[in-house]
Amino acid sequence: AVRKPPITTREYWAPGHAACAGCGCAIALKLATKAFSEAMEEKYGDPNAFAIAQATGCMEVVSAVFPYTAWKVPWIHVAFENAAAAASGVEAAWKKLGIKGKILAIGGDGGTADIGLQALSGMLERGHNVVYLMYDNEAYMNTGIQRSSSTPYGAWTTTSPPGKYSIGEDRPKKWVALIAAAHQIPYAATASIGNPFDLVKKVKKAAKVDGPAFIQVHCTCPTGWRTPLEKGVEIARLAIETGMWPLFEIENGDIWNIKIQPPGGGAKVYKEGGRVVRIEFKKPIEEYLKYQGRFKHLFKRPEAIEELRNQIKAMWKVLGVEAILPRPEE
Amino acid sequence: AESPFKADIERAQKELTEKMTPGAIAYIPGSSVINKTGSWRVFKPEFHKDKCVRCFLCYIYCPEPAIYLDEEGYPVFDYDYCKGCGICANECPTKAIEMVREVK
Repeated sequence: AVRKPPITTREYWAPGHAACAGCGCAIALKLATKAFSEAMEEKYGDPNAFAIAQATGCMEVVSAVFPYTAWKVPWIHVAFENAAAAASGVEAAWKKLGIKGKILAIGGDGGTADIGLQALSGMLERGHNVVYLMYDNEAYMNTGIQRSSSTPYGAWTTTSPPGKYSIGEDRPKKWVALIAAAHQIPYAATASIGNPFDLVKKVKKAAKVDGPAFIQVHCTCPTGWRTPLEKGVEIARLAIETGMWPLFEIENGDIWNIKIQPPGGGAKVYKEGGRVVRIEFKKPIEEYLKYQGRFKHLFKRPEAIEELRNQIKAMWKVLGVEAILPRPEE
Repeated sequence: AESPFKADIERAQKELTEKMTPGAIAYIPGSSVINKTGSWRVFKPEFHKDKCVRCFLCYIYCPEPAIYLDEEGYPVFDYDYCKGCGICANECPTKAIEMVREVK
């Protein structure tokens, strides 16, 4: 008997690229382009009706080593800060020329949260018909694992080394999806490679809305996170199940009606009037931290893990959810 | 089953040159297929078809992608490109994929 896969077999991301073995961002881009082409087929009748503008970053460097390219769609590489600006320009040109389709802008967490935030804000504010996909591997991995504003609290990077006077990164993570939602754009969401079906669904939804959309995708990085190669997807899934990575959707900037996807992993979700108000997680965040070399030092500093737990609770509170995070002994 | 990148490989072998193009434009889509990254591999995924339930998870998760599907929906491993990360074996719910050390 023949079984059909749940996603198109058309490929837009070719093998032979130079990404590290077990790269989580490569999974995200592969799935995102497939989902995008499905959405374009449903909306415009042409699966190839899209183009990509990409900021400098890991996935740009590994996919476009001259004279090779891993992309099978029209693709432009621009500087670190202006993927959103270039995508805006392509979109304006397509509109003028009457070309049907949508632009996908891709940036890493450095190119989005730090360097490209201004261009991103401009693009969202002007209302360009672009989907911005941020692959969030939580540091500047391409240049040698420097901290970005998206690096979580307590993480080791080469510019936030833990030691006698430091616990590693000492600032909380910046949630660009919430910043994007504050522009009252039609669609802003977070996704993760730990839940690929959710990721595909969200990319398709974002590709189909008229106007700007933003998706922040959690991607594991075995090199920068000091994790075993084969654990990439498992770790991303643990991030969702322990509460480290929320999956949510915000439409038209309506923060009172944030749609929160159930985290799974035995977590209990309580709703009130259709809204998620309380989540009791079953797995402690230590489950997520223990596989990663970048958090290894935290296990000697329990107060730092406690601080991280408080920060995650505060982040969930912004989403309107009371998060109950267990400790390992409970 | 044939690799979905067969046409790309043939085109890249025929047309790709190291010559600098105006604006450094890479004209051949998917020309990275010329790099056989399978040489990076230490562990090799071995597929046991009898255990496979065709959930497609390996196909969905492969970052290369070095897994494509045959006519019936079973995964086919492309050892020319597989970097041996082992995500497919780790995620396989029925343990139909086994990582074995490759000796050359």
